[in-house]
Amino acid sequence: MGLSGIEIFKKLPKTNCGKCGVPTCLAFAMKLATGQAELDACPDISENVKEEIGLASAPPVRTVVIGIGERATKIGGETVLFRHEKRFENPPAFTLLLSDNMDDLEISSRLSGFNNAVYERVSVVMKPELVAIRGDSADPLRFNTLVEKICNETDAGLILMNEDVEALSQAVRKCSGRKPLIYAATMENYEILGSLALELSCPLAVKGDGLEELADVCDKLIGMGLKDLVLDSGARNALEDQIIIRRCALMKKTKAFGFPTIVFPCLMTGNLMKETIIACQMIAKYGGIIVLSEIEGYSIFPLLLARMNIFTDPQRPMTVEEKIYEIGAVNENSPVLITGNFSLTYFIVSGEVEASHVPAYLLIKDTEGLSVLTAWAAGKFGADTIALFVKKSGIEEKIKHRRLVIPGYLAAISGELEEELPDWEILIGPREASHLPAYLKQLSA
Amino acid sequence: MRIDIPRVAYTGTIKEITLGRNKNKITIGGESCYPFHLFEGTMPNPPKIAMEVYDSAPEDWPDSAMEPFADVVDDPVAWARKCIDVYGAEMIALQMASTDPNGKNIPADKAAAIAKKVSDEIEVPLIIWGCENVDKDTEVLRSICEICEGRDLIIGPVVEGNYRAIGATAIAYNHTVIASTPIDINLAKQLNILLGNLNVPDDKIIIDPSIGPIGYGLEYTYSVMERIRVAALTQEDERLQYPIILNLAKEVWKIKEVNVSETEAPLYGHKKSRGVLFEALTAQCMLMAGANILIMRHPEAIGLVKESIKDLMNS
Ligand code: B12
Ligand code: SF4
Repeated sequence: MGLSGIEIFKKLPKTNCGKCGVPTCLAFAMKLATGQAELDACPDISENVKEEIGLASAPPVRTVVIGIGERATKIGGETVLFRHEKRFENPPAFTLLLSDNMDDLEISSRLSGFNNAVYERVSVVMKPELVAIRGDSADPLRFNTLVEKICNETDAGLILMNEDVEALSQAVRKCSGRKPLIYAATMENYEILGSLALELSCPLAVKGDGLEELADVCDKLIGMGLKDLVLDSGARNALEDQIIIRRCALMKKTKAFGFPTIVFPCLMTGNLMKETIIACQMIAKYGGIIVLSEIEGYSIFPLLLARMNIFTDPQRPMTVEEKIYEIGAVNENSPVLITGNFSLTYFIVSGEVEASHVPAYLLIKDTEGLSVLTAWAAGKFGADTIALFVKKSGIEEKIKHRRLVIPGYLAAISGELEEELPDWEILIGPREASHLPAYLKQLSA
Repeated sequence: MRIDIPRVAYTGTIKEITLGRNKNKITIGGESCYPFHLFEGTMPNPPKIAMEVYDSAPEDWPDSAMEPFADVVDDPVAWARKCIDVYGAEMIALQMASTDPNGKNIPADKAAAIAKKVSDEIEVPLIIWGCENVDKDTEVLRSICEICEGRDLIIGPVVEGNYRAIGATAIAYNHTVIASTPIDINLAKQLNILLGNLNVPDDKIIIDPSIGPIGYGLEYTYSVMERIRVAALTQEDERLQYPIILNLAKEVWKIKEVNVSETEAPLYGHKKSRGVLFEALTAQCMLMAGANILIMRHPEAIGLVKESIKDLMNS
């Protein structure tokens, strides 16, 4: 999005003084447009122009931060409608909903579900991010007590929800240092909650009955000077609203809709399986915060994976370094396996080798981030290139034997590989890495 | 404030294709907008789910997937009937897994006999899916095309390496073909052009873009599908205006995260529900990207996805 280089150039001093480190203003403008330079490098731009350019180059959906420190969660910042155009920026924050109507037992069991749900995949940690606390009891004390309790038990980012503005304000004041999301400003209460959010610099959710009212409340809040808003159109059947909000922000630059959204699959059904399906729709189509009733391993784990998939960079597959990886206490008799440098492949295979408790050498060949079969089909994992890599990898100095385990899916190249590596015996491993532990145990028996 | 919805200028429509025969025809495709963007276009035919049946008892399924079919897995006809009678299947997908030369390698005539039997005993549209070995599929799918003349089957995968042979036979016996390419919009278009040059009629082609399940390459399929739909609906790319099918269950149920037990991986949670959700979420993502037919396995996952389709169509 943002301004083109020429548009930026028009606003620069045009003295070509070179103080920015680039010989001309035009060259500097071009760098700015592609994000390779910072506005501050030019000492002669007026504050006004700075703000103009800064605003225009900000993403059309504002980045909003909830929570602090390591648990600060960024949402929004999006610039496209389809992930193939350019990477989606900030994955939607999965959020556990707690109510002050729940008893202590229920609260702690749900919270421990939330706290336990931490998974590592391709060396990325995946977990749900936020806890929403909703006042349903009509008892401000009860609500405040619960907020305090949750503050003590988790350092996750918080969403505080209460229709009782007084009770809500009290609770927000108590934990404003944690930068909770205040839920929610409406046509009735926006002045009070807007001022509160401004005063404490906390993000504020805005709820309208339908898109038109939502836009009206947002405009009023923007007028009051609020910057960090989160949108709830009130629809409990959200897809259409999500699409319209994103499109308005991107295609029409509608100011009122230039913010991330919050959606509530937990309020659209009473069934966790169905709720998970709705949450999945919202991952694909533009949910900013996705509020769930419960965090169960069987539901959150596939959701986290789906989210990771949709939010990976479509241009660059994740890769690991080409080298010899030693897994466990290897020695000169340890088995040698080979695979490609696609992160997913590496982590799956190394995980299984580790699980086998058989120390082994894992040779990772650069396949430009492609999986085994994809790399083979693309000519980057054929017998010739594998042989070359094995020879230059240095593995021959580390081991006494000459046996190489190749992926089961590459069985077809074993003959050719034996010709290319005449000193080596080629062993065809299992197709699925999950069968590696059994295979390695047998091999080393 | 009045909201002026920024609308997409659609210039194309996905072709409408009618599958099956007699009274049990099903129509797919026909949409004039992105998936479920019903505020600016129509989807006259909601996406459909085909239930999987295997030509012989599968050996590597987790109990949770096997359990609903345990009484019928040895008999493809009984299995198909159960899918239709008990689970309300609108379509059946017969997976000819045992023709695989790296597996049971049953001969083409035997495979054709199985397909014929299933086709004779069911009334809903029948998809026949080969073992994905180019040469063996040529042999098997051609035999099936012949022996099932007049049955209006949907056969695939038809790939670059065998489209001529299978395509020609399919035309001769009036079946629909599934044009399969490895997650690449240009290859998909190219194969559709080749099939068109071979005179396969426009209402007899379905695109299979290939699938990775969640956690295993889903994003690639997802984006290729979105790109296909953008090209088909807004860029007048006629050779991409076909319905899309995804053979997803067999990819989902083989992954480790679905098969590992709760005792081994307590954080993954209840094994059956997890498998059901891995399948249903993979399907859901594909729906968001433009799927018209989903080949699925577990009745509970199918139930969830059907309900989701219904909700999305009514919103
Ligand atoms: C996603 C995908 C892509 C992505 C790339 C993803 C990536 N980073 O690699 C994209 C869209 C870019 C792609 C492109 C292509 N693809 Co592709 N792709 C897939 C898909 C759907 C999934 C691959 C994947 O990510 N698998 C997951 C990883 C983890 O699997 P893996 O590396 O194989 O590892 C597993 C096992 O091999 C084993 N293992 C791994 N290492 C080792 C080591 C040892 C010792 C052992 C024992 C086991 C073991 O463990 C792992 C888990 O069990 C598959 C089809 C499918 N459903 O599998 C097709 C597939 C691999 N692609 C295919 C093809 C043909 C291509 C293209 C050549 C198409 C084209 N002509 O453009 C291109 C090539 C790329 C290029 N030119 O740059 C074909 C290969 C056909 C064949 N049998 O040769 C497949 C099988 C699809 C098909 N059915 O036709 N592809
Ligand atoms: S410092 Fe400012 S005025 Fe000087 S050349 Fe750079 S952009 Fe132009």
